[in-house]
Amino acid sequence: MSTTGAINQMELLKEKATRVRMETLKIHKIAPETRIASSLSAVEIFVVLYYGKILTFNAKNINWAGRDRFIISKGHGAISLYPILADIGFFEQKELENVCKEGTFLGGIPDSIIPGFETINGSLGHGPGVACGIALALKRKQATESVFVLLGDGELYEGSVWEAIMFAGEHKLDNLILILDNNLICMLDFCKKILDLEPLEEKFKAFKWDVRTVDGHDVGQLYNLLGALKEEKNGRPKILIANTVKGKGVSSLETDPLCHIKSLKPDVIDQIVAGFD
Amino acid sequence: MAEIRTTRDVFIEEIYNRMHEDENIFFLCADFGSPKLDALREKFADRFINVGIAEQNLINIATGLALEGYTVYAYAIAPFLTMRAYEQIRINLSLQAQLKEININLIGVGAGLSYDVSGPTHHCLEDISIMMTLPNIVVFSPSDWVLAQQFVDYSISVKKPKYLRFDGKPVPLIYDNVDMISFENGFSELFQGESICLVSTGYMTHKAINVANKLADQNISIGVIDFYMLKPCNEDLFFEKIKKYTHLITLEEAFINKGGLDGLISKILNCNNSGTRLKRMGFEDRYVFDIGSREYLHKLNNLDEESINKIIRDLLEEN
Repeated sequence: MSTTGAINQMELLKEKATRVRMETLKIHKIAPETRIASSLSAVEIFVVLYYGKILTFNAKNINWAGRDRFIISKGHGAISLYPILADIGFFEQKELENVCKEGTFLGGIPDSIIPGFETINGSLGHGPGVACGIALALKRKQATESVFVLLGDGELYEGSVWEAIMFAGEHKLDNLILILDNNLICMLDFCKKILDLEPLEEKFKAFKWDVRTVDGHDVGQLYNLLGALKEEKNGRPKILIANTVKGKGVSSLETDPLCHIKSLKPDVIDQIVAGFD
Repeated sequence: MAEIRTTRDVFIEEIYNRMHEDENIFFLCADFGSPKLDALREKFADRFINVGIAEQNLINIATGLALEGYTVYAYAIAPFLTMRAYEQIRINLSLQAQLKEININLIGVGAGLSYDVSGPTHHCLEDISIMMTLPNIVVFSPSDWVLAQQFVDYSISVKKPKYLRFDGKPVPLIYDNVDMISFENGFSELFQGESICLVSTGYMTHKAINVANKLADQNISIGVIDFYMLKPCNEDLFFEKIKKYTHLITLEEAFINKGGLDGLISKILNCNNSGTRLKRMGFEDRYVFDIGSREYLHKLNNLDEESINKIIRDLLEEN
Protein backbone atom coordinates (compact mmCIF):
# COMPACT_ATOMS: atom_id res chain seq x y z
CA MET A 1 0.00 0.00 0.00
CA SER A 2 1.35 3.47 -0.87
CA THR A 3 1.86 6.02 1.91
CA THR A 4 -1.12 8.00 0.65
CA GLY A 5 -3.17 4.80 0.49
CA ALA A 6 -2.19 3.95 4.04
CA ILE A 7 -3.09 7.42 5.29
CA ASN A 8 -6.41 7.20 3.52
CA GLN A 9 -7.08 3.82 5.04
CA MET A 10 -6.29 5.05 8.54
CA GLU A 11 -8.61 8.01 7.99
CA LEU A 12 -11.27 5.58 6.83
CA LEU A 13 -10.81 3.41 9.93
CA LYS A 14 -11.05 6.48 12.16
CA GLU A 15 -14.27 7.50 10.43
CA LYS A 16 -15.60 3.99 10.84
CA ALA A 17 -14.75 4.07 14.55
CA THR A 18 -16.65 7.31 14.99
CA ARG A 19 -19.63 5.92 13.13
CA VAL A 20 -19.59 2.64 15.11
CA ARG A 21 -19.37 4.56 18.39
CA MET A 22 -22.40 6.59 17.33
CA GLU A 23 -24.36 3.52 16.20
CA THR A 24 -23.52 1.78 19.46
CA LEU A 25 -24.91 4.69 21.44
CA LYS A 26 -28.06 4.57 19.35
CA ILE A 27 -28.42 0.88 20.18
CA HIS A 28 -27.94 1.73 23.85
CA LYS A 29 -30.74 4.25 23.55
CA ILE A 30 -33.05 1.49 22.29
CA ALA A 31 -31.68 -1.04 24.79
CA PRO A 32 -30.46 0.68 27.96
CA GLU A 33 -29.73 -2.75 29.48
CA THR A 34 -26.66 -3.04 27.23
CA ARG A 35 -23.20 -2.48 28.73
CA ILE A 36 -22.27 0.72 26.99
CA ALA A 37 -18.98 1.62 28.70
CA SER A 38 -17.50 -1.82 28.14
CA SER A 39 -18.64 -1.82 24.50
CA LEU A 40 -17.11 1.60 23.81
CA SER A 41 -13.61 0.59 24.93
CA ALA A 42 -13.47 -2.10 22.24
CA VAL A 43 -14.69 -0.04 19.26
CA GLU A 44 -11.33 0.50 17.54
CA ILE A 45 -10.36 -3.14 18.08
CA PHE A 46 -13.51 -4.33 16.27
CA VAL A 47 -13.14 -1.70 13.56
CA VAL A 48 -9.56 -2.65 12.74
CA LEU A 49 -10.29 -6.39 12.79
CA TYR A 50 -13.23 -6.11 10.39
CA TYR A 51 -12.84 -2.95 8.30
CA GLY A 52 -9.06 -3.25 8.37
CA LYS A 53 -9.56 -6.80 7.07
CA ILE A 54 -7.22 -8.29 9.63
CA LEU A 55 -9.84 -11.00 10.01
CA THR A 56 -10.68 -13.23 7.07
CA PHE A 57 -14.42 -13.80 6.98
CA ASN A 58 -17.36 -14.45 4.72
CA ALA A 59 -20.53 -12.73 5.87
CA LYS A 60 -22.66 -14.83 3.54
CA ASN A 61 -21.19 -18.15 4.63
CA ILE A 62 -20.58 -17.80 8.33
CA ASN A 63 -19.29 -21.34 8.82
CA TRP A 64 -16.85 -21.12 5.92
CA ALA A 65 -13.84 -23.24 6.90
CA GLY A 66 -11.43 -20.59 5.62
CA ARG A 67 -12.54 -17.94 8.11
CA ASP A 68 -10.44 -16.75 11.00
CA ARG A 69 -12.17 -17.64 14.26
CA PHE A 70 -12.95 -14.68 16.50
CA ILE A 71 -13.99 -15.56 20.05
CA ILE A 72 -15.48 -12.67 21.97
CA SER A 73 -14.89 -13.69 25.55
CA LYS A 74 -16.07 -10.37 27.00
CA GLY A 75 -19.48 -10.86 25.43
CA HIS A 76 -21.25 -8.11 27.34
CA GLY A 77 -18.84 -5.57 25.84
CA ALA A 78 -19.52 -6.49 22.22
CA ILE A 79 -22.61 -4.43 21.46
CA SER A 80 -20.34 -2.24 19.37
CA LEU A 81 -19.78 -5.18 17.05
CA TYR A 82 -23.48 -5.29 16.08
CA PRO A 83 -23.34 -2.24 13.77
CA ILE A 84 -20.19 -3.59 12.12
CA LEU A 85 -21.65 -7.04 11.47
CA ALA A 86 -24.82 -5.43 10.09
CA ASP A 87 -22.82 -3.06 7.88
CA ILE A 88 -20.72 -5.81 6.34
CA GLY A 89 -23.68 -8.08 5.74
CA PHE A 90 -23.84 -10.70 8.50
CA PHE A 91 -27.43 -9.62 9.08
CA GLU A 92 -29.69 -6.81 7.99
CA GLN A 93 -29.15 -3.25 9.12
CA LYS A 94 -32.75 -2.88 10.27
CA GLU A 95 -32.16 -5.54 12.95
CA LEU A 96 -30.17 -2.94 14.90
CA GLU A 97 -33.45 -1.21 15.71
CA ASN A 98 -34.66 -4.31 17.55
CA VAL A 99 -31.83 -4.99 20.01
CA CYS A 100 -33.29 -6.59 23.17
CA LYS A 101 -36.82 -6.37 21.76
CA GLU A 102 -39.15 -9.36 21.69
CA GLY A 103 -38.45 -11.83 18.93
CA THR A 104 -35.05 -10.50 17.89
CA PHE A 105 -31.81 -12.49 17.92
CA LEU A 106 -29.78 -9.47 19.04
CA GLY A 107 -29.72 -9.68 22.82
CA GLY A 108 -27.94 -7.70 25.48
CA ILE A 109 -25.13 -10.25 25.41
CA PRO A 110 -24.38 -11.90 22.07
CA ASP A 111 -24.35 -15.69 21.55
CA SER A 112 -23.81 -17.92 18.57
CA ILE A 113 -27.47 -17.44 17.61
CA ILE A 114 -26.13 -14.22 16.03
CA PRO A 115 -24.37 -14.70 12.68
CA GLY A 116 -20.73 -13.82 13.24
CA PHE A 117 -20.46 -14.97 16.85
CA GLU A 118 -18.74 -18.32 17.28
CA THR A 119 -19.46 -19.22 20.91
CA ILE A 120 -21.72 -18.78 23.91
CA ASN A 121 -20.75 -15.58 25.72
CA GLY A 122 -21.88 -13.88 28.87
CA SER A 123 -20.10 -15.97 31.46
CA LEU A 124 -16.56 -14.70 31.67
CA GLY A 125 -13.29 -16.55 31.31
CA HIS A 126 -14.34 -19.24 28.83
CA GLY A 127 -12.99 -17.72 25.61
CA PRO A 128 -9.26 -18.42 25.93
CA GLY A 129 -9.68 -22.15 26.67
CA VAL A 130 -12.18 -22.72 23.87
CA ALA A 131 -9.90 -20.74 21.54
CA CYS A 132 -6.97 -22.98 22.50
CA GLY A 133 -9.03 -26.01 21.49
CA ILE A 134 -9.88 -24.40 18.15
CA ALA A 135 -6.26 -23.35 17.59
CA LEU A 136 -5.13 -26.89 18.32
CA ALA A 137 -7.73 -28.29 15.89
CA LEU A 138 -6.62 -25.91 13.13
CA LYS A 139 -3.01 -26.96 13.65
CA ARG A 140 -4.00 -30.60 13.46
CA LYS A 141 -5.76 -29.87 10.15
CA GLN A 142 -2.69 -27.93 9.00
CA ALA A 143 -5.05 -25.03 8.36
CA THR A 144 -3.62 -21.54 8.06
CA GLU A 145 -6.50 -19.66 9.71
CA SER A 146 -5.92 -17.79 12.96
CA VAL A 147 -7.90 -17.67 16.18
CA PHE A 148 -8.47 -14.24 17.71
CA VAL A 149 -9.87 -13.71 21.20
CA LEU A 150 -11.11 -10.50 22.74
CA LEU A 151 -10.65 -10.68 26.50
CA GLY A 152 -11.54 -8.08 29.10
CA ASP A 153 -8.86 -7.34 31.70
CA GLY A 154 -11.36 -8.17 34.45
CA GLU A 155 -11.59 -11.70 33.02
CA LEU A 156 -8.01 -12.24 34.13
CA TYR A 157 -9.41 -12.82 37.61
CA GLU A 158 -10.95 -16.09 36.37
CA GLY A 159 -8.68 -19.07 37.09
CA SER A 160 -9.79 -20.85 33.91
CA VAL A 161 -8.14 -18.06 31.89
CA TRP A 162 -4.74 -18.89 33.38
CA GLU A 163 -5.26 -22.59 32.75
CA ALA A 164 -5.65 -21.67 29.08
CA ILE A 165 -2.72 -19.23 29.07
CA MET A 166 -0.50 -21.97 30.49
CA PHE A 167 -1.78 -24.43 27.90
CA ALA A 168 -1.31 -22.15 24.88
CA GLY A 169 2.33 -21.40 25.64
CA GLU A 170 3.20 -25.03 26.26
CA HIS A 171 1.42 -26.19 23.08
CA LYS A 172 3.07 -23.46 20.98
CA LEU A 173 -0.24 -22.13 19.65
CA ASP A 174 1.20 -19.41 17.43
CA ASN A 175 -2.09 -19.23 15.52
CA LEU A 176 -3.72 -17.79 18.63
CA ILE A 177 -3.89 -14.03 19.15
CA LEU A 178 -5.37 -12.72 22.37
CA ILE A 179 -6.42 -9.08 22.39
CA LEU A 180 -6.74 -7.73 25.90
CA ASP A 181 -9.19 -4.84 26.19
CA ASN A 182 -7.24 -3.34 29.07
CA ASN A 183 -9.77 -0.73 30.14
CA LEU A 184 -8.65 -1.01 33.78
CA ILE A 185 -12.13 -1.11 35.31
CA CYS A 186 -14.27 -4.02 36.52
CA MET A 187 -17.88 -3.71 37.63
CA LEU A 188 -17.28 -2.01 40.95
CA ASP A 189 -13.89 -0.34 40.72
CA PHE A 190 -10.51 -0.01 39.06
CA CYS A 191 -8.80 -3.41 38.87
CA LYS A 192 -5.83 -1.84 40.59
CA LYS A 193 -7.96 -1.29 43.65
CA ILE A 194 -9.50 -4.77 43.59
CA LEU A 195 -6.45 -7.00 42.93
CA ASP A 196 -3.69 -5.40 40.91
CA LEU A 197 -3.24 -7.33 37.64
CA GLU A 198 0.14 -5.84 36.83
CA PRO A 199 2.77 -6.60 35.75
CA LEU A 200 0.85 -8.06 32.81
CA GLU A 201 3.63 -8.21 30.25
CA GLU A 202 5.90 -10.18 32.55
CA LYS A 203 3.13 -12.57 33.47
CA PHE A 204 2.43 -13.49 29.85
CA LYS A 205 6.11 -13.69 28.98
CA ALA A 206 6.62 -16.11 31.86
CA PHE A 207 3.96 -18.35 30.28
CA LYS A 208 5.85 -18.39 26.94
CA TRP A 209 3.73 -15.79 25.13
CA ASP A 210 4.86 -13.00 22.83
CA VAL A 211 3.62 -9.71 24.22
CA ARG A 212 2.94 -6.38 22.52
CA THR A 213 1.32 -3.32 24.01
CA VAL A 214 -0.65 -0.74 22.08
CA ASP A 215 -2.90 2.28 22.49
CA GLY A 216 -6.19 0.48 21.94
CA HIS A 217 -7.83 3.53 20.40
CA ASP A 218 -5.08 4.18 17.84
CA VAL A 219 -6.32 2.45 14.70
CA GLY A 220 -2.95 2.80 12.95
CA GLN A 221 -1.04 1.06 15.73
CA LEU A 222 -3.72 -1.60 16.09
CA TYR A 223 -3.72 -2.24 12.35
CA ASN A 224 0.04 -2.61 12.11
CA LEU A 225 0.48 -4.78 15.18
CA LEU A 226 -2.50 -7.09 14.59
CA GLY A 227 -1.44 -7.60 10.99
CA ALA A 228 2.12 -8.42 12.07
CA LEU A 229 1.04 -10.73 14.88
CA LYS A 230 -1.18 -12.70 12.54
CA GLU A 231 1.71 -13.34 10.19
CA GLU A 232 4.26 -14.21 12.85
CA LYS A 233 4.50 -17.99 13.17
CA ASN A 234 7.23 -18.50 15.73
CA GLY A 235 5.86 -21.20 18.01
CA ARG A 236 4.49 -18.72 20.56
CA PRO A 237 0.95 -17.50 21.21
CA LYS A 238 0.52 -13.73 21.01
CA ILE A 239 -1.10 -11.21 23.26
CA LEU A 240 -1.78 -7.64 22.31
CA ILE A 241 -2.38 -5.59 25.42
CA ALA A 242 -4.64 -2.83 24.13
CA ASN A 243 -4.69 -0.01 26.64
CA THR A 244 -8.15 1.44 26.40
CA VAL A 245 -10.50 3.79 28.18
CA LYS A 246 -13.74 2.35 29.49
CA GLY A 247 -16.60 4.43 28.12
CA LYS A 248 -14.32 5.99 25.47
CA GLY A 249 -16.02 8.92 23.76
CA VAL A 250 -18.47 9.70 26.55
CA SER A 251 -16.76 11.99 29.05
CA SER A 252 -19.13 11.26 31.93
CA LEU A 253 -18.36 7.55 31.65
CA GLU A 254 -14.63 7.87 31.05
CA THR A 255 -13.98 9.20 34.54
CA ASP A 256 -16.40 7.03 36.46
CA PRO A 257 -15.14 3.86 38.19
CA LEU A 258 -18.74 2.60 38.20
CA CYS A 259 -19.24 3.22 34.47
CA HIS A 260 -19.69 -0.51 33.81
CA ILE A 261 -23.15 -0.46 35.30
CA LYS A 262 -24.16 3.02 34.15
CA SER A 263 -26.75 3.57 31.46
CA LEU A 264 -27.08 6.82 29.58
CA LYS A 265 -30.36 8.73 29.40
CA PRO A 266 -31.88 9.14 25.92
CA ASP A 267 -31.42 12.90 25.85
CA VAL A 268 -27.77 12.52 26.87
CA ILE A 269 -27.27 10.07 24.02
CA ASP A 270 -28.95 12.47 21.57
CA GLN A 271 -26.57 15.23 22.65
CA ILE A 272 -23.49 13.05 22.27
CA VAL A 273 -24.57 11.73 18.88
CA ALA A 274 -25.28 15.29 17.70
CA GLY A 275 -21.74 16.16 18.78
CA PHE A 276 -20.30 13.39 16.58
CA ASP A 277 -22.17 14.73 13.51
CA MET B 1 -17.81 -67.15 37.20
CA ALA B 2 -18.57 -64.11 35.12
CA GLU B 3 -15.57 -62.23 33.80
CA ILE B 4 -14.63 -59.27 35.98
CA ARG B 5 -13.21 -56.23 34.21
CA THR B 6 -12.78 -52.50 34.79
CA THR B 7 -15.26 -50.48 32.77
CA ARG B 8 -12.87 -47.65 31.90
CA ASP B 9 -10.17 -50.06 30.69
CA VAL B 10 -12.56 -51.86 28.38
CA PHE B 11 -13.88 -48.55 27.03
CA ILE B 12 -10.42 -47.01 26.54
CA GLU B 13 -9.18 -50.17 24.86
CA GLU B 14 -12.02 -49.93 22.36
CA ILE B 15 -11.36 -46.22 21.73
CA TYR B 16 -7.70 -47.10 21.17
CA ASN B 17 -8.79 -49.62 18.53
CA ARG B 18 -11.00 -47.03 16.83
CA MET B 19 -8.28 -44.38 16.82
CA HIS B 20 -6.23 -46.46 14.39
CA GLU B 21 -8.81 -45.93 11.67
CA ASP B 22 -10.71 -42.89 12.87
CA GLU B 23 -8.30 -39.98 12.74
CA ASN B 24 -11.05 -37.66 13.93
CA ILE B 25 -10.76 -38.79 17.55
CA PHE B 26 -8.97 -36.79 20.25
CA PHE B 27 -8.51 -38.16 23.77
CA LEU B 28 -7.95 -35.60 26.53
CA CYS B 29 -7.39 -36.16 30.21
CA ALA B 30 -6.90 -34.07 33.32
CA ASP B 31 -3.83 -35.92 34.56
CA PHE B 32 -5.75 -39.10 35.21
CA GLY B 33 -4.59 -42.49 34.00
CA SER B 34 -5.45 -46.13 33.55
CA PRO B 35 -3.31 -49.09 32.53
CA LYS B 36 -5.03 -49.10 29.15
CA LEU B 37 -4.43 -45.39 28.64
CA ASP B 38 -0.67 -45.91 28.54
CA ALA B 39 -0.80 -47.63 25.16
CA LEU B 40 -3.13 -44.97 23.77
CA ARG B 41 -1.02 -42.04 24.83
CA GLU B 42 2.11 -43.62 23.44
CA LYS B 43 0.62 -44.69 20.12
CA PHE B 44 -1.43 -41.54 19.49
CA ALA B 45 0.76 -38.91 21.09
CA ASP B 46 -0.49 -36.30 18.61
CA ARG B 47 -4.15 -36.88 19.53
CA PHE B 48 -3.75 -37.48 23.24
CA ILE B 49 -3.47 -34.42 25.45
CA ASN B 50 -3.00 -34.26 29.18
CA VAL B 51 -4.18 -30.75 30.04
CA GLY B 52 -2.88 -31.05 33.60
CA ILE B 53 -4.98 -30.97 36.76
CA ALA B 54 -7.25 -28.43 35.11
CA GLU B 55 -10.78 -29.74 34.61
CA GLN B 56 -12.15 -26.36 33.51
CA ASN B 57 -9.61 -26.17 30.73
CA LEU B 58 -10.26 -29.82 29.90
CA ILE B 59 -13.85 -28.94 29.01
CA ASN B 60 -12.91 -25.75 27.17
CA ILE B 61 -10.17 -27.39 25.07
CA ALA B 62 -12.61 -30.22 24.28
CA THR B 63 -15.17 -27.64 23.17
CA GLY B 64 -12.78 -25.94 20.78
CA LEU B 65 -11.79 -29.25 19.20
CA ALA B 66 -15.41 -30.35 18.92
CA LEU B 67 -16.46 -27.05 17.32
CA GLU B 68 -13.93 -27.86 14.61
CA GLY B 69 -15.55 -31.24 14.04
CA TYR B 70 -13.44 -33.60 16.12
CA THR B 71 -14.87 -36.40 18.26
CA VAL B 72 -13.53 -35.74 21.73
CA TYR B 73 -13.19 -37.89 24.84
CA ALA B 74 -12.44 -35.99 28.03
CA TYR B 75 -11.36 -38.20 30.88
CA ALA B 76 -11.11 -37.35 34.58
CA ILE B 77 -12.22 -38.36 38.07
CA ALA B 78 -16.02 -38.08 38.08
CA PRO B 79 -16.63 -35.57 40.91
CA PHE B 80 -13.93 -33.20 39.66
CA LEU B 81 -14.97 -33.54 36.03
CA THR B 82 -18.61 -32.76 36.75
CA MET B 83 -18.42 -30.37 39.67
CA ARG B 84 -15.14 -28.47 39.31
CA ALA B 85 -16.02 -27.80 35.69
CA TYR B 86 -19.80 -27.63 35.98
CA GLU B 87 -20.10 -24.13 34.60
CA GLN B 88 -17.85 -24.95 31.64
CA ILE B 89 -20.10 -27.95 30.97
CA ARG B 90 -23.19 -25.78 31.25
CA ILE B 91 -21.96 -23.00 28.97
CA ASN B 92 -19.85 -24.79 26.40
CA LEU B 93 -21.60 -28.15 26.19
CA SER B 94 -25.18 -27.80 27.31
CA LEU B 95 -25.95 -24.35 25.90
CA GLN B 96 -23.71 -24.66 22.87
CA ALA B 97 -25.11 -28.06 21.85
CA GLN B 98 -28.53 -26.50 21.40
CA LEU B 99 -27.09 -24.37 18.59
CA LYS B 100 -24.23 -26.41 17.15
CA GLU B 101 -23.28 -30.04 16.70
CA ILE B 102 -20.51 -30.98 19.12
CA ASN B 103 -19.42 -34.48 19.98
CA ILE B 104 -17.83 -34.48 23.41
CA ASN B 105 -17.81 -37.56 25.62
CA LEU B 106 -17.07 -36.82 29.25
CA ILE B 107 -15.73 -39.96 30.88
CA GLY B 108 -16.10 -39.64 34.64
CA VAL B 109 -14.48 -42.42 36.63
CA GLY B 110 -15.35 -43.09 40.24
CA ALA B 111 -19.14 -43.26 40.32
CA GLY B 112 -20.72 -43.34 43.75
CA LEU B 113 -18.39 -44.78 46.36
CA SER B 114 -15.91 -46.36 43.92
CA TYR B 115 -13.16 -44.47 45.73
CA ASP B 116 -14.44 -45.61 49.11
CA VAL B 117 -11.50 -44.85 51.40
CA SER B 118 -10.58 -41.59 49.70
CA GLY B 119 -13.45 -39.88 51.45
CA PRO B 120 -16.22 -37.49 50.50
CA THR B 121 -14.19 -35.33 48.07
CA HIS B 122 -13.73 -38.42 45.90
CA HIS B 123 -17.19 -39.90 46.43
CA CYS B 124 -19.54 -38.92 43.65
CA LEU B 125 -23.15 -38.80 44.79
CA GLU B 126 -24.37 -35.63 43.07
CA ASP B 127 -23.38 -36.18 39.44
CA ILE B 128 -26.47 -38.01 38.19
CA SER B 129 -28.88 -35.32 39.31
CA ILE B 130 -26.76 -32.32 38.32
CA MET B 131 -25.96 -33.74 34.90
CA MET B 132 -29.59 -34.70 34.26
CA THR B 133 -30.57 -31.13 35.05
CA LEU B 134 -28.64 -29.85 32.04
CA PRO B 135 -30.46 -29.86 28.69
CA ASN B 136 -28.86 -31.37 25.58
CA ILE B 137 -26.58 -33.80 27.44
CA VAL B 138 -26.83 -37.59 27.29
CA VAL B 139 -26.36 -39.30 30.67
CA PHE B 140 -25.03 -42.85 30.54
CA SER B 141 -24.55 -44.92 33.69
CA PRO B 142 -23.50 -48.47 32.79
CA SER B 143 -23.58 -51.33 35.23
CA ASP B 144 -21.00 -53.48 33.47
CA TRP B 145 -18.14 -53.20 31.03
CA VAL B 146 -20.01 -54.77 28.12
CA LEU B 147 -22.44 -51.86 28.14
CA ALA B 148 -19.50 -49.48 27.99
CA GLN B 149 -17.92 -51.41 25.15
CA GLN B 150 -21.19 -51.40 23.22
CA PHE B 151 -21.55 -47.67 23.85
CA VAL B 152 -18.47 -46.81 21.79
CA ASP B 153 -20.39 -46.82 18.49
CA TYR B 154 -23.06 -44.58 20.02
CA SER B 155 -20.42 -42.22 21.40
CA ILE B 156 -18.96 -41.71 17.93
CA SER B 157 -22.16 -41.57 15.90
CA VAL B 158 -24.38 -39.47 18.18
CA LYS B 159 -22.86 -36.02 17.91
CA LYS B 160 -23.94 -34.58 21.23
CA PRO B 161 -22.30 -33.96 24.59
CA LYS B 162 -22.49 -37.05 26.78
CA TYR B 163 -21.65 -37.84 30.36
CA LEU B 164 -20.37 -41.37 30.92
CA ARG B 165 -20.52 -42.36 34.58
CA PHE B 166 -18.05 -45.21 35.05
CA ASP B 167 -17.32 -47.23 38.14
CA GLY B 168 -13.76 -47.08 39.41
CA LYS B 169 -13.52 -50.75 40.35
CA PRO B 170 -13.66 -53.96 38.31
CA VAL B 171 -17.22 -55.27 37.93
CA PRO B 172 -18.64 -58.64 36.85
CA LEU B 173 -20.22 -59.09 33.47
CA ILE B 174 -24.01 -58.81 33.25
CA TYR B 175 -24.69 -58.60 29.53
CA ASP B 176 -23.37 -61.88 28.14
CA ASN B 177 -26.02 -61.41 25.46
CA VAL B 178 -25.61 -57.98 23.86
CA ASP B 179 -29.03 -58.25 22.19
CA MET B 180 -30.46 -57.39 25.61
CA ILE B 181 -28.96 -53.91 25.35
CA SER B 182 -30.94 -51.03 23.90
CA PHE B 183 -29.52 -47.52 24.12
CA GLU B 184 -32.73 -46.23 22.53
CA ASN B 185 -34.83 -47.63 25.37
CA GLY B 186 -32.21 -46.88 27.99
CA PHE B 187 -32.84 -49.88 30.21
CA SER B 188 -32.99 -53.66 30.22
CA GLU B 189 -35.32 -55.91 32.15
CA LEU B 190 -33.02 -58.49 33.72
CA PHE B 191 -35.64 -60.29 35.84
CA GLN B 192 -39.41 -60.26 35.76
CA GLY B 193 -41.05 -60.28 39.15
CA GLU B 194 -44.51 -60.51 40.64
CA SER B 195 -45.28 -57.46 42.71
CA ILE B 196 -41.96 -55.74 43.41
CA CYS B 197 -39.29 -54.53 41.01
CA LEU B 198 -35.83 -53.17 41.75
CA VAL B 199 -34.82 -50.38 39.39
CA SER B 200 -31.11 -49.74 39.64
CA THR B 201 -28.24 -48.00 37.91
CA GLY B 202 -24.50 -48.58 37.79
CA TYR B 203 -22.85 -50.63 40.49
CA MET B 204 -26.11 -51.10 42.39
CA THR B 205 -27.46 -53.31 39.62
CA HIS B 206 -25.03 -56.01 40.76
CA LYS B 207 -26.57 -55.83 44.22
CA ALA B 208 -30.06 -55.93 42.77
CA ILE B 209 -29.19 -59.08 40.83
CA ASN B 210 -27.70 -60.74 43.91
CA VAL B 211 -30.75 -59.90 46.02
CA ALA B 212 -33.15 -61.12 43.32
CA ASN B 213 -31.19 -64.36 42.89
CA LYS B 214 -31.21 -65.08 46.61
CA LEU B 215 -34.95 -64.41 46.85
CA ALA B 216 -35.56 -66.59 43.80
CA ASP B 217 -33.94 -69.44 45.73
CA GLN B 218 -36.75 -68.95 48.26
CA ASN B 219 -39.34 -68.87 45.45
CA ILE B 220 -39.81 -65.12 45.74
CA SER B 221 -39.83 -63.51 42.35
CA ILE B 222 -38.52 -59.95 42.21
CA GLY B 223 -38.15 -57.87 39.05
CA VAL B 224 -34.84 -56.16 38.20
CA ILE B 225 -34.50 -53.37 35.67
CA ASP B 226 -31.05 -52.00 34.93
CA PHE B 227 -31.31 -48.35 33.92
CA TYR B 228 -28.18 -47.29 32.04
CA MET B 229 -29.35 -44.52 29.75
CA LEU B 230 -30.83 -42.05 32.17
CA LYS B 231 -31.25 -39.43 29.49
CA PRO B 232 -32.72 -39.80 26.95
CA CYS B 233 -34.78 -42.95 27.53
CA ASN B 234 -38.04 -44.54 26.44
CA GLU B 235 -40.26 -43.56 29.35
CA ASP B 236 -43.43 -44.98 27.80
CA LEU B 237 -41.89 -48.40 27.34
CA PHE B 238 -40.54 -48.32 30.87
CA PHE B 239 -43.99 -47.61 32.21
CA GLU B 240 -45.43 -50.48 30.18
CA LYS B 241 -42.88 -52.79 31.77
CA ILE B 242 -43.47 -51.72 35.36
CA LYS B 243 -47.16 -50.88 35.55
CA LYS B 244 -48.02 -54.37 36.81
CA TYR B 245 -45.92 -53.91 39.97
CA THR B 246 -47.31 -52.63 43.25
CA HIS B 247 -43.89 -51.34 44.32
CA LEU B 248 -40.73 -50.11 42.69
CA ILE B 249 -37.50 -49.74 44.62
CA THR B 250 -34.87 -47.48 43.10
CA LEU B 251 -31.26 -48.27 43.94
CA GLU B 252 -28.49 -45.83 43.21
CA GLU B 253 -25.11 -44.92 44.63
CA ALA B 254 -26.18 -41.30 44.73
CA PHE B 255 -28.13 -38.89 46.85
CA ILE B 256 -31.86 -39.58 46.82
CA ASN B 257 -34.66 -37.00 46.58
CA LYS B 258 -32.49 -34.73 44.46
CA GLY B 259 -33.52 -35.60 40.93
CA GLY B 260 -31.37 -38.66 40.31
CA LEU B 261 -32.63 -42.07 39.17
CA ASP B 262 -35.36 -41.89 41.81
CA GLY B 263 -36.49 -38.53 40.43
CA LEU B 264 -36.70 -39.91 36.92
CA ILE B 265 -38.74 -42.93 37.99
CA SER B 266 -40.97 -40.81 40.21
CA LYS B 267 -41.64 -38.48 37.28
CA ILE B 268 -42.57 -41.39 35.01
CA LEU B 269 -44.97 -42.75 37.64
CA ASN B 270 -46.52 -39.33 38.21
CA CYS B 271 -46.94 -38.58 34.51
CA ASN B 272 -48.85 -41.82 34.14
CA ASN B 273 -50.97 -41.29 37.25
CA SER B 274 -49.61 -44.59 38.44
CA GLY B 275 -50.67 -46.17 41.69
CA THR B 276 -47.34 -48.01 41.92
CA ARG B 277 -45.53 -47.03 45.11
CA LEU B 278 -41.91 -45.92 45.03
CA LYS B 279 -39.24 -46.64 47.63
CA ARG B 280 -36.01 -44.72 47.08
CA MET B 281 -32.73 -46.28 48.21
CA GLY B 282 -29.51 -44.31 48.06
CA PHE B 283 -27.74 -41.76 50.22
CA GLU B 284 -29.57 -39.41 52.52
CA ASP B 285 -28.85 -35.69 52.61
CA ARG B 286 -25.41 -35.92 54.21
CA TYR B 287 -21.85 -36.76 53.19
CA VAL B 288 -20.01 -39.94 54.15
CA PHE B 289 -16.95 -39.23 56.29
CA ASP B 290 -16.78 -42.79 57.64
CA ILE B 291 -13.72 -44.75 56.60
CA GLY B 292 -13.93 -48.26 55.29
CA SER B 293 -14.63 -50.49 52.31
CA ARG B 294 -17.46 -49.80 49.91
CA GLU B 295 -19.36 -52.70 51.44
CA TYR B 296 -18.88 -51.32 54.94
CA LEU B 297 -20.07 -47.87 53.86
CA HIS B 298 -23.08 -49.44 52.16
CA LYS B 299 -23.96 -51.20 55.41
CA LEU B 300 -23.74 -47.95 57.35
CA ASN B 301 -26.07 -46.33 54.84
CA ASN B 302 -28.55 -49.23 54.51
CA LEU B 303 -27.55 -49.98 50.95
CA ASP B 304 -26.13 -53.46 51.52
CA GLU B 305 -27.89 -56.54 50.23
CA GLU B 306 -29.30 -57.37 53.64
CA SER B 307 -30.94 -53.95 53.92
CA ILE B 308 -32.39 -54.21 50.41
CA ASN B 309 -33.64 -57.69 51.24
CA LYS B 310 -35.29 -56.43 54.40
CA ILE B 311 -37.07 -53.61 52.59
CA ILE B 312 -38.44 -56.12 50.07
CA ARG B 313 -39.64 -58.46 52.80
CA ASP B 314 -41.34 -55.60 54.63
CA LEU B 315 -43.13 -54.57 51.43
CA LEU B 316 -44.18 -58.15 50.74
CA GLU B 317 -45.71 -58.32 54.20
CA GLU B 318 -47.54 -55.05 53.52
CA ASN B 319 -48.92 -56.55 50.31
